[in-house]
Amino acid sequence: MRPRIQLLSAELIGRILREAFELLMSPGVRVGSAVIELLQSAGVEVNDGIARIPEPLVRECLASVPRDFYLYNRRGEKAVHYGGDDVQFDPGSCCVQMLDPDTLEARPSETRDLVRIVQVTETLPQFAAQSTAVVCSDNDAPSAIGDLYRLFVVLQYSDKPVVTGSFSAAGLQGMIDLLATDSGSAERLRQQPRAVFDVCPSPPLNWSEFGSHNLLDLARAGMPAQIVSMPLAGGTAPVTLAGSVTQHAAEVLAGITLHQLAGPGSPIVWGGAPAIFDMRTGGAPMGAVETAMLNMACAEVGKHLGLPTHGYLVATDSKLVDAQAGAESARSAMLGALAGINMISGAGMLESLACFSVEKLVIDAESIASAQRLARGIEVRGEEVRGDDVGSESLATAMFAQTGLSGEFLKLKETRALFRQEQYLPSPVIDRSARGSEPPSDVFTRARARVDELVGKYQKPSLPEDVLRKFQAIVKREADREADREADRAGVGLPRN
Amino acid sequence: MPDQLFGEMLQSIVDGAPDRAAELARQALAKGVDPLEAVNRGFAVGITFAGDQFGCGEMFLPDLLASAEAMKAAIKVLEPEMLKRGSRRETLGKIVLGTARGDIHDIGKNLVATILSASGFQIFDLGTSVTPEQFVAKAKEVDADIVGVSALLTTTMAGQKAVIEALDRNGLRPRVKAIIGGAAVTSKWAAEIGADGYSRNAIDALELAKNLMGKGTVSA
Repeated sequence: MRPRIQLLSAELIGRILREAFELLMSPGVRVGSAVIELLQSAGVEVNDGIARIPEPLVRECLASVPRDFYLYNRRGEKAVHYGGDDVQFDPGSCCVQMLDPDTLEARPSETRDLVRIVQVTETLPQFAAQSTAVVCSDNDAPSAIGDLYRLFVVLQYSDKPVVTGSFSAAGLQGMIDLLATDSGSAERLRQQPRAVFDVCPSPPLNWSEFGSHNLLDLARAGMPAQIVSMPLAGGTAPVTLAGSVTQHAAEVLAGITLHQLAGPGSPIVWGGAPAIFDMRTGGAPMGAVETAMLNMACAEVGKHLGLPTHGYLVATDSKLVDAQAGAESARSAMLGALAGINMISGAGMLESLACFSVEKLVIDAESIASAQRLARGIEVRGEEVRGDDVGSESLATAMFAQTGLSGEFLKLKETRALFRQEQYLPSPVIDRSARGSEPPSDVFTRARARVDELVGKYQKPSLPEDVLRKFQAIVKREADREADREADRAGVGLPRN
Repeated sequence: MPDQLFGEMLQSIVDGAPDRAAELARQALAKGVDPLEAVNRGFAVGITFAGDQFGCGEMFLPDLLASAEAMKAAIKVLEPEMLKRGSRRETLGKIVLGTARGDIHDIGKNLVATILSASGFQIFDLGTSVTPEQFVAKAKEVDADIVGVSALLTTTMAGQKAVIEALDRNGLRPRVKAIIGGAAVTSKWAAEIGADGYSRNAIDALELAKNLMGKGTVSA
């Protein structure tokens, strides 16, 4: 039996969906001009940029969403499974600050930080995917193509699938070109996608010009999309958790409808980063237990509809890698795993997603491993050890038959054969040693050493020279185009004297 | 007798009770109390108190917003009489507000607008995704003292810099002060782009605006 936590009764899920469908009709959903024609041709009434989307159309669109799909690594192997109760983790995305482990201050993140995060993530089996984790404030490319540049860096340093996102219509095509080059062809990329793209509505019930556009482009390109709806309970959404889950459902249902109308059968994930709204700071406390509850409940609604799911957990509001960071991140890793969320983003993030710490990332990896262990539950074993004298179906009696009352379990071949499956064996980040003569170290000190160790162990993938050159050409092409666009904007926007 | 009335006014603001505040304002007018005095000795004291309570964690954002709404209701009743007497409530300053180009997240900006407005600033809210040119035009039009640009997203923070550059280009600074805010904004970023100030929340924004107007120590 796999342990599961459910927060919503079947009856409550029914009510949530009923009200979500009501919201799609009244007040309706604000949509960008890019999708108005598409909606109207499907019979949707759109007035003043507000679409009223009827339930039968949404249901029709839900029916064409793939129930599950895979992301592939560079070797063409299935590496992430979106669907069922599989749980996978990736680091948080698109942070602007990096915690300096020497000064403990936050400073603008740079390319070297992204590289270090990718290197560490690459070596840790806890992370099924990479993410375009931090903004690179140092790169010479225009900030408007920062999204493309981040993917360019990640692809050079990793073989794993990537959770990414585009911040401009122009950037997206460049990013798809990079991935197609990496896969060998656009067709191969479509068949074996290596990346999923986050795409965000703006709460409440608003698929902005850019979000709408992004959905359309991704659907038409057949690239997996991951909706990251982020209602803030009490701020940009109803204060009740049930009310926010309902708004989340309506936003995602609207997004799926736009997406499937543009590209029926294109993969899309029921995802989000819902959080409560902090009534003191006006911020979004990612470490709050209610934030975890929202993520779990939103995923439950998605699972009820049979869709792949995503959530944003394993993050903290603390500014330091301290006990609060550990407690909040480990707690939500556990809860997310028990909720069976397919992809859980957020590891490594401090300060309500404003700052990244690679030291926290390796500590989070330990929490994730523990959560993954818990999610496997208590298993009955025996198949693995089938010696002549071992009764495979017994829980304990067969082992007692060998040891009697001697207590010598350490000598049993079952012990040696099974302890690695039964126990998660933590890295030295987790201190279980007996007290020695040295003063005990704290977890941050051990995490720093672990980061150095992993970076030392990391091996850069060997990317063919011509692929790298094509990558560079794509980034250069988009940078030039952006420079032209910037010049156009400046020319039009500012009257010159 | 008026002292008790002023006390009730203060309380209506702290309670966030717009109907009660409006009723007290009407009572004051009926009793011939100077409307300006009703604001300065009654309602405005309530707003200052609410702000202090928020600052020390005793009141929360929904409470503060309710207080601002109550303040608005009281002022609405008193304003015609103040105009009649030619005793307009002194404006602490004129502030043009908006979110940066490309950013449609306005919850923080709206909070700042509400708090500053309730505290006596005159607010010109340009809404969301405002271009640098629009900020400049409005600042010129209303002869603004302060321009405030909000950005939630790391990708739109560049828009704050663009507004400051546009204010500079048009020769509006240093007379017009530029302030910024938003979830991703830091004091470092504010310094980097040459902003005159930054604050982490709406109450700090009030202090900041007062300081920039040279009225940091005077209560509203």
